[in-house]
Amino acid sequence: MWATLRERGVSYLIVGPFAIVLAFPFYWMLVTAFKTNGDLYNLNHVPFTYHASPPALGEKLTFQHDHWLPFGFDHATTSHINFIFSDTNYLRWVENTAVVGGLVVLITLLLAVPAGYSLARLSGRWGQSVGVGIFLTYLVPPTLLFLPLSRVISKLGLQDRLWSLVLVYPSFTIPFATWLLMGFFRTIPAELEDAALVDGCSRLKALARVIFPISIPGILTVVIFSFSLCVNEFVYAITFISGTKQHTISAGVPNDLIRGDVYFWQSLMAATLIPSIPLALLYNSFLNRFIAGFTGGAFR
Amino acid sequence: MAAVAEAGPQSRRFRDLLEDRRFLAPALISPAALFIVLLVGAPLVLAVYLSMTDATAGQLTGKFVWFHNFTDAWHNDNFRRALRNTIVFTLASQAIVLVGAGILAHALVRPFRGRWFLRLLILLPWAAPVAVSTIGFLWIFDSQFSVVNWTLVHDLLPGGGHFYLYKPVNWVLGVIDHLPWVHVGKIDRLNPPQWLGQPTLAMLAIIFVQAWRILPFATVIFIAGLSSIPTEVHDAAKVDGATGLRKFWHVTLPLQLPIATVALLFGIVFTATDMTVVYILTSGGPFNSTHMLTTWAYQTGIVSSNLGEGAAISLYLLPVLLVVTVLMLRFARKVEVS
Repeated sequence: MWATLRERGVSYLIVGPFAIVLAFPFYWMLVTAFKTNGDLYNLNHVPFTYHASPPALGEKLTFQHDHWLPFGFDHATTSHINFIFSDTNYLRWVENTAVVGGLVVLITLLLAVPAGYSLARLSGRWGQSVGVGIFLTYLVPPTLLFLPLSRVISKLGLQDRLWSLVLVYPSFTIPFATWLLMGFFRTIPAELEDAALVDGCSRLKALARVIFPISIPGILTVVIFSFSLCVNEFVYAITFISGTKQHTISAGVPNDLIRGDVYFWQSLMAATLIPSIPLALLYNSFLNRFIAGFTGGAFR
Repeated sequence: MAAVAEAGPQSRRFRDLLEDRRFLAPALISPAALFIVLLVGAPLVLAVYLSMTDATAGQLTGKFVWFHNFTDAWHNDNFRRALRNTIVFTLASQAIVLVGAGILAHALVRPFRGRWFLRLLILLPWAAPVAVSTIGFLWIFDSQFSVVNWTLVHDLLPGGGHFYLYKPVNWVLGVIDHLPWVHVGKIDRLNPPQWLGQPTLAMLAIIFVQAWRILPFATVIFIAGLSSIPTEVHDAAKVDGATGLRKFWHVTLPLQLPIATVALLFGIVFTATDMTVVYILTSGGPFNSTHMLTTWAYQTGIVSSNLGEGAAISLYLLPVLLVVTVLMLRFARKVEVS
């Protein structure tokens, strides 16, 4: 029993400091988002908690009667968080990100599921090379392609339109998704579809009726990670689109929420935190499947 | 079978074709492959073409100037510095990531109470959109209200005791200040470090943020590698009396090396070709001292509308990609043989 306790203690001792360093910026964003200007810009206040200070114009002390709150949270305000919803295009950016991400994921699945299946099951030796080839294109970075693509996009008349992103984003989600799906399909026993084939199913029917349903968890993993690649993308998003209404979160927050040298730190931190938390929860829940798919490909 | 017979010979032939692996396999791959060729392959070729023309913004063509853009870029001091920065940035951040991920993965691979929550905290930097999480660091490194600086220059002992963190930091800075390429200077209570306003410190900040964001991904890949080691191997090591460091050196490390290489290669590509962290933290400043190849290409190609030279600058990244590609291919083959 002491041995397990000690082992656990060692785990905490190693993981704990890493967790603190890696998560600190997010704790800091959370604390900042609720601060009043008077509290935030006072170097005599301990910055990690909240302190009484006269509210600035337009700031409402949301929790001022809730004295039971810890860390002086009764001196906190939600005014700066409300600001991004009422006075900026933030919700529009969230919507744009969801639309682009959704459409890209759809295109990705339509193209990558057949490709991944084919690479895992149907093709032999040359399929391995094609698979590695497709995967390697994932390594070709946007920073190499954005200059020519920006010209192509404007020639196509897609400048400043979300369609430009819908068109270009699959170029990095497809290689990634094909690779993961290939890994997932390989883990499904071939006997399952052989049985379906013997029963008179066609190959495509076996794919749709037998393989697809079992692969739902794997496909969901691909959906989540492809979607987050789209949310993360920055280079194309700032090069192709300059109108503030058409931005995604990644481009809109740094470009339009920062005006010149004026930083609305509380609002910025809230805008940062809002997309991060749900994504992290999804990542954590699907992590084991991601690992299974990633290593099932070839790097076993 | 009755349905097939009714449908006539034409569609029957088509159905037979759909059952044939030699037809079906390429047919299922080709849409994805075509898309990639059109949106990755073609632009890459276009980038090479543009880099040899004098095209400016608004054009897709220009006068052919051969390698003029490449030599022109090469003779620019900012380019030289950007190239040097890219190398330092990539190597330093990946060194931190390798060591960190190695330690962290070993601790995280075994289940323990609270692991789910700690793992969530550790995954945050990877899951959060990098463009916005870097803004968090913009605030952490703020010139006036930096929380790091607040902690450095405030007395951390309550009630009259004195302990200032800036003193040990000052000592470290004093040591590295003797290195020829470092210019930090002393810090004191009234002059806390300007993390983003001073060239050396800005590079340190950029390297730290990049390591911070790649570390979770590398850890995940390392965990994948560790958990794929069969339990029999551990048992065999136990029987042979290998424990602790010896087991790590002779058993775990060789088995984990392949997947660690994959994580490293990924990290190198994602770092050398990344521009988000630099663009948001410093935009290449102060005084163009923290430009990377990527941000310098953006500056030249988009901001200064010098499309041809911008393309040439970003193509200087191609050798890195080629080396990584060759290593990955070699590596994939090696794994398959074993």
